[in-house]
Amino acid sequence: MTALPTRKQEAWRYADLARLATLWPSRAPEHRRLAGADLRLDDKISGEGWHDAEVQIDVGQNGQLTGLIEQAASADATVTMLYRIALAAHARADLTLINAGAAYGRLALDISLAEGAVLTLGGAIVGSGAQNLEIITTVRHIGPGATSRQIIRAVAAGRAVTSYLGQVAVAREGQKTDAEQSFKALLLDRGATANAKPELEIYADDVKCAHGASVGELDAAALFYMASRGIAPIDAEALLAGAFVDDALTGLPEGPAREALAARLNRLVAERGTR
Amino acid sequence: MLEIKSLRAEIDGKTILDNLTLSIGAGEVHAIMGPNGAGKSTLSYVLSGRAGYEVTGGSVHFNGEDLLAMDPHERAAAGVFLGFQYPVEIPGVSNLLFLRTALNAQRTLRGEPEASGADFMKAAKLAAADMGLDFEMMKRSVNQGFSGGEKKRNEMIQMALLQPKLAVLDETDSGLDIDALRVVADGINRLRSPDRSTLLITHYQRLLDHVKPDHVHVLMAGRIVLSGGADLALRLEAEGYARIAAEAGVANIMDTAA
Repeated sequence: MTALPTRKQEAWRYADLARLATLWPSRAPEHRRLAGADLRLDDKISGEGWHDAEVQIDVGQNGQLTGLIEQAASADATVTMLYRIALAAHARADLTLINAGAAYGRLALDISLAEGAVLTLGGAIVGSGAQNLEIITTVRHIGPGATSRQIIRAVAAGRAVTSYLGQVAVAREGQKTDAEQSFKALLLDRGATANAKPELEIYADDVKCAHGASVGELDAAALFYMASRGIAPIDAEALLAGAFVDDALTGLPEGPAREALAARLNRLVAERGTR
Repeated sequence: MLEIKSLRAEIDGKTILDNLTLSIGAGEVHAIMGPNGAGKSTLSYVLSGRAGYEVTGGSVHFNGEDLLAMDPHERAAAGVFLGFQYPVEIPGVSNLLFLRTALNAQRTLRGEPEASGADFMKAAKLAAADMGLDFEMMKRSVNQGFSGGEKKRNEMIQMALLQPKLAVLDETDSGLDIDALRVVADGINRLRSPDRSTLLITHYQRLLDHVKPDHVHVLMAGRIVLSGGADLALRLEAEGYARIAAEAGVANIMDTAA
């Protein structure tokens, strides 16, 4: 059994360690493994309790992985999921993460890209109340000419804490790496928090690594414009918040996950309206 | 239709509208002209209920109802439309979604059934074609990447679809070339009817060549200082505001801020 993480470990800096401390002694993570050249991941995390798993996914040469990880656990649940994904040469992965349920919801991904591999990762975090939700990524460019694009959007209401810690590590062999990280957070209330921490560790000399982060609030001018056309404040806020997270969902087709997220945003905005 | 009585309003404690009285009957087109800082835009924002504009006196009634007691979206549902001087961009929300949401929100608030998808699309296509706007633009985010002229045309498309009873058009003519001005003017004229009214807020006479007003008012220092017919606009164009300011006893026409 591994030791309880501490605040000193960068990847656990904003974690709900108090909650984990009570659970950790009985820790027995579930292990799963997927391997192949054409993989589909459809993980829906729901229900109560502690959802603790390590999922190993190996994508073969020229293979592809398409997937959705939807964290919609019960309000008092704890989620600590770790996905270790290895993309062999010229493989690609298109992943969408939705982190919206649980009291503490942690989706961690450790993804390695061999030569010419391509990763696109969209992540939406939607939190309210006292939720602590985080997406932690480590993207390792271990071969030359690999590409990674990460777009994470967070909407936080109440006293929710939303975090994105994104590390991009480019090995000496990772020449011509093209890595991009974009994180934007929308804070709906004064008490809400967004933490953003892009981290670059580069050992190759010919790479392109871009990162950007911003934290903002709802655009008052847009809200008034919508009101002037007859759209009630709650509906206008839900529309704006939905449009905001949509940036991270370009890889997600229409379907129940999208609908659930839209419903979650509508509820979140409506709850604020009735406070 | 619209009765404004002795309206006073301020922003950050500074009085902008000062004893403004104006009455607009059904079917009428009124134009308000005035120098920079006279309070023209403030009037449009007070009528539409923008936050930060505090009404400190007077009243506004719209078809007998207290307009100032309504929230902005309720005013829209009651039939008040504000054409923005600077239409707002809304990234990620398509024009069509925005308009359909707005139309159905108004209908719901009025107790009317929502428009069907097919009816809405038909109306949207027609409105865009009337304004000479490529329908592809309707699928893009609201006003994002639109030129100044396209934004103003988009305002007119919204107005055509929402069919307001009172359109308050704040410098809808600004930033338009001559051809676009004609297209926008045609859009305003198309909506003219015995049960609809229009309040044009403008700096210049040229819009009024295309949309002939029934009444023209001069707004200075937060109040209407002179009212007349369509010919008053011509006089203003020829003489400027200074002489009227002197006649009205307004010491400095720039003494209030917009």
